[in-house]
Amino acid sequence: MYMIKSNLAISRRNMIGSLAALAGTTALPMPAWAMGKMGGRVRNGMDQLSGPDVDLHVGSGLFRTGSRSGHAIAVNGTVPGPLIRLREGQDVRLNVHNMLDEDSSVHWHGLLLPFQFDGVPGISFPGIKPGERFTAPFKVRQHGTYWWHSHSGLQEQMGHYGPLIIDPAGPDPVQYDREHVILLSEFAAMHPHEIMKKLKVSEGYFSRQKASATDDYDFSGAERRMWGRMRMMPTDIADVSAPTYTYMINGHGPDDGLELPFSPGERVRLRIINGSAMTFFNIRLPGLPMTVVQADGQDVQPVEVDELQIGVAETYDVIVQPTKEGAFALAAESMDRSGMAQATLTSQPGRQAEFPALRDPPLLSMTDMGHGGMDHGNGAHGHEGHGAKPAAAMDHSQMDHGKMGHGKMDHSQMDHSKMSHGAMKPDTNLGAAPMDNHDMANMGGMKMRDTSLLPDSVKVGPGIDMVAMNPMDRTGFPGLGLDNVPHRVLNYRMLKSLKMDHHKRSPDREMQLHLTGNMERYMWSFDGKKMSAVGDDPIRFRYDERVRVKLVNDTMMAHPIHLHGMFFEVVNGQGHHQPKKHTVIVQPGSSATFDVTTDEPGDWAFHCHLLYHMHAGMMQAVSIEFPKDA
Amino acid sequence: MMHRIFAALLAGSTATTPLLAQSHDQHQNHSAMDHSQMDHSRMDDQPDQPAAEAPEAESPSGPLKAADAIWGAEEMLASREALYDEHGDMMLFWFQGDRAEYRVRAGEDGYLWDVQGYYGGDINKFWFKSEGEGSFGEPIEDAEIQALYSRAIAPFFDLQAGVRQDLTGPTRTHAVVGIQGLVPYMFEVDAAAFLSDKGDLTARIEAEYDQRLTQSLVLQPRAEINLAAQDIPELGVGAGIDNLELGLRLRYEIVPEFAPYIGIEQEWKLGDSRDFARTAGEDPSVTNYVVGVRFWF
Ligand SMILES: [Cu+2]
Repeated sequence: MYMIKSNLAISRRNMIGSLAALAGTTALPMPAWAMGKMGGRVRNGMDQLSGPDVDLHVGSGLFRTGSRSGHAIAVNGTVPGPLIRLREGQDVRLNVHNMLDEDSSVHWHGLLLPFQFDGVPGISFPGIKPGERFTAPFKVRQHGTYWWHSHSGLQEQMGHYGPLIIDPAGPDPVQYDREHVILLSEFAAMHPHEIMKKLKVSEGYFSRQKASATDDYDFSGAERRMWGRMRMMPTDIADVSAPTYTYMINGHGPDDGLELPFSPGERVRLRIINGSAMTFFNIRLPGLPMTVVQADGQDVQPVEVDELQIGVAETYDVIVQPTKEGAFALAAESMDRSGMAQATLTSQPGRQAEFPALRDPPLLSMTDMGHGGMDHGNGAHGHEGHGAKPAAAMDHSQMDHGKMGHGKMDHSQMDHSKMSHGAMKPDTNLGAAPMDNHDMANMGGMKMRDTSLLPDSVKVGPGIDMVAMNPMDRTGFPGLGLDNVPHRVLNYRMLKSLKMDHHKRSPDREMQLHLTGNMERYMWSFDGKKMSAVGDDPIRFRYDERVRVKLVNDTMMAHPIHLHGMFFEVVNGQGHHQPKKHTVIVQPGSSATFDVTTDEPGDWAFHCHLLYHMHAGMMQAVSIEFPKDA
Repeated sequence: MMHRIFAALLAGSTATTPLLAQSHDQHQNHSAMDHSQMDHSRMDDQPDQPAAEAPEAESPSGPLKAADAIWGAEEMLASREALYDEHGDMMLFWFQGDRAEYRVRAGEDGYLWDVQGYYGGDINKFWFKSEGEGSFGEPIEDAEIQALYSRAIAPFFDLQAGVRQDLTGPTRTHAVVGIQGLVPYMFEVDAAAFLSDKGDLTARIEAEYDQRLTQSLVLQPRAEINLAAQDIPELGVGAGIDNLELGLRLRYEIVPEFAPYIGIEQEWKLGDSRDFARTAGEDPSVTNYVVGVRFWF
């Protein structure tokens, strides 16, 4: 272990100074990466860029962390690429120079800007040819924590991403003394095309946590047979995981011993960005509660939790306030608990924190198959002390509920209409449903794939291996494996926008979109249709429509669904305080609903942010008409 | 704000304006389809939905390919094709040696291969299979190769049709129709019927199951049964159940792609086939102790 000091520890006091220093660098001679192909060693970590002109040079080189090394795509010579720091209201020109020998692109994730600068080849622009430069000039009209990444091929997996932070024009609603950017990602020595092929031809290839005759998963023979009968695996939590990935914070794997300084008593703002290709992370700082103040760049009412799960492409800003000297572990455990990204928040340089051990991997339940009569793991209950059951007990109870849903499904629970009246508490019915004692063996008799439940818009075919029988809204679910931990965990229903919005219109219309897939064939799509099948037939909106979109997840995986170009509000029962987001996790076998005002004209990408799901076809184009007076 | 920028851009590039107009025309033609896509009448299934459906006259009318108006349709073409190709239309090549083994048995030791592979996309594939066996020091006993068109017809099943060419003995060509896939309880099944150019009808059903003992140790029971509709004396095949094989293999996955194994396999010839074998001086029941490797790439 050796020590690396975060190069992004910026205290508010010396911010002006660092900005001045950066301004000075423009006069220096061009660095190597700005002049041609790199080929050399890529640096771990990132620099910072600001000002009216930001230049990104996309090149390639050799990346190493811990004992793992391999080819990487670096921007300005580092992985992650530089932190772009802007200010709300400023004019900026983002210049991307492609020094690769293949096309490249940069998508500014979460940024409001004219669609033609959004950076998705084939949808919003033609892509950047080798040797070419692309410029996106626009006025910054928001603040918050965002990021950027390639939208070309699988470049993002190779290191082509970086953070983007916009300071507010006025005073920041969040008080803090120091901040650290926490950019989570993974590094694989294996080429992403190789990863994609293995996913396609060999179900479960990357998992070393498969159920086996000698595993110590606590589920019965009857349950194992039930999963076998369904031809599914309860361990299908993450498609690619730790044996292949090194999980990183700011380009540093656990062996690098990344340190983030603090002084006792400071309010430290952690800008947590999940810039990974495929990994949901469980974030904890044992002994330090986190106060969530921003989600996806949008200010939210402070809510204190002990752990949160961050989906791919989401961001959360949290405040921690360590009051005494010491070292705190920032533990970012992958959702399948195969590995961990690590950094130490420390008041003494060189002092490393003790990291918690990886917890036992979670298993999927009947609820994750859409057989849930009820949303069991809701954090609202969990953190009030009802949820701290051992994992095994919990799983059984979920199974029972699923079966119970078969005959005695409580339709009042499926009635999502309450969601539309934001003030109502979606939680209230949970736990009220009756239980019965049918044994496990009956459950496999439930239909896994009743395609009559699907609307006509869904194309039924080999690409759909499951249909959620009773897809509940699970915005109250804290994430796989976190529904029964003995401490407070964030869930979507706890997110309330900071400012009240009285100007919200009720939806003009609604649409439903099904998230569909086949694990065995590794096919992923919306409504059973891959991007390749619907490219010329985008989802259409009129200008300034107010649309309610219900996403129904007919798969057993959680999908982080990202809409480019605008924010939607997650319908989470918070009425005029519904949180705005650019990415929403739709939990397995469940639904999530958002409202969007379609006032950003042009063609935008809409996709699952799990890179290989998108690449397999789980993507659509969204087309918003131009206002008549434009 | 942003439409002002857009308007300015449009004004600045008069050449592209007709393109935008054209794309609007195009979308008119698509409006019927759009409606069916956007207007989810199934929403009716759920009572108490507050939002009204959009009236047909106002069906959504976003631009088709707005980027064409800015960057030029010609410019966009290649990236758009690449986008579709990459996001769903990927083609793959896969080759698997399911069994490549040395067989220790009474009399001459033997060998066996059983390989297959494909090239194609999610739904349509070109599929090939080959298997054969023999005893050391003798001519190859059986060898065949199949070339098949394979189409995904269900989440876990492919329908396969094509030709099989026998490479040994009185060589024959067969038409093949079969099903390959995963049945409940995770058994991999490959069942095919063969109609030869001599008019003989035969069938083969194979099933195997992977029981994972640890993360890298896998026990694989395997069964194969060959059937014939008629006697084929020159091949030593009798009507009914021709033969039955039951095997058990234990493999160690050094990596998932490469796994050496050991195992045992019992073969029985049954019915008329048994009599044909006896007449030819062969033992109709053979026990093989096998060592081999399973691999794919
Ligand atoms: Cu997905």
